[in-house]
Amino acid sequence: MKKTVCVRYFAILRDQRGLGEERVPTGASTASELYAELRLRHGFTLPEERLRVAINDEFESWDSEIEDGDALVFIPPVAGG
Amino acid sequence: MDFQLTDLPIDPSRLMAGPGDPQAGAFVTFEGRVRSENEGRSVKTLDYEAYAKLAQKEGARIMSEARERFPITGARCVHRTGSLALGDIAVWIEVSAAHRAAAFEACRFLIDEMKARLPIWKREHYADGVTEWINCATRGPGAGQKMK
Repeated sequence: MKKTVCVRYFAILRDQRGLGEERVPTGASTASELYAELRLRHGFTLPEERLRVAINDEFESWDSEIEDGDALVFIPPVAGG
Repeated sequence: MDFQLTDLPIDPSRLMAGPGDPQAGAFVTFEGRVRSENEGRSVKTLDYEAYAKLAQKEGARIMSEARERFPITGARCVHRTGSLALGDIAVWIEVSAAHRAAAFEACRFLIDEMKARLPIWKREHYADGVTEWINCATRGPGAGQKMK
């Protein structure tokens, strides 16, 4: 079933997407499927294994189901400190 | 709050409270500063970008873990966001404990975990005009992998 989620982009993903946030209508049922869909569409260079995913501001697993209205962030390799 | 993100310059003289607890015989601080060279390239400036809401949560979790793992009496951490110049403080940590071993170990644990787990990204601007997101282009472990 089609749903709409909000995706925010940081760092290299924001550069590659060219924007910081968008609403995405999708048929994907998991976070993993959604990233695969977006990677294909926008040519993101980082594979899923190099990223983590957050749903509604909490780290979640890639096989987490996504629901209409969820806010997702794909987290590139971090470099704080 | 014992973990904090800030887009303002970090000034240790204003942050440092010292061990208010008379039980605290040891007091350790750490300053992570912007250095002029990274992997052979000359760094001019850098930017830190944070996923603030999750960084705040994860930072608070790391502080709690330090309090559980080490016999310390207090700990605080401040991490910068925004544009930094050479020598600017990127991260500042303060730990107090009854004895020095716990204070040093907890401080080391905090900086290591903060570096590995906070959803914060660093973009370096080099003298040759090139700009790069650190860790995003080179091979390495994934984001936020927990250290042992």
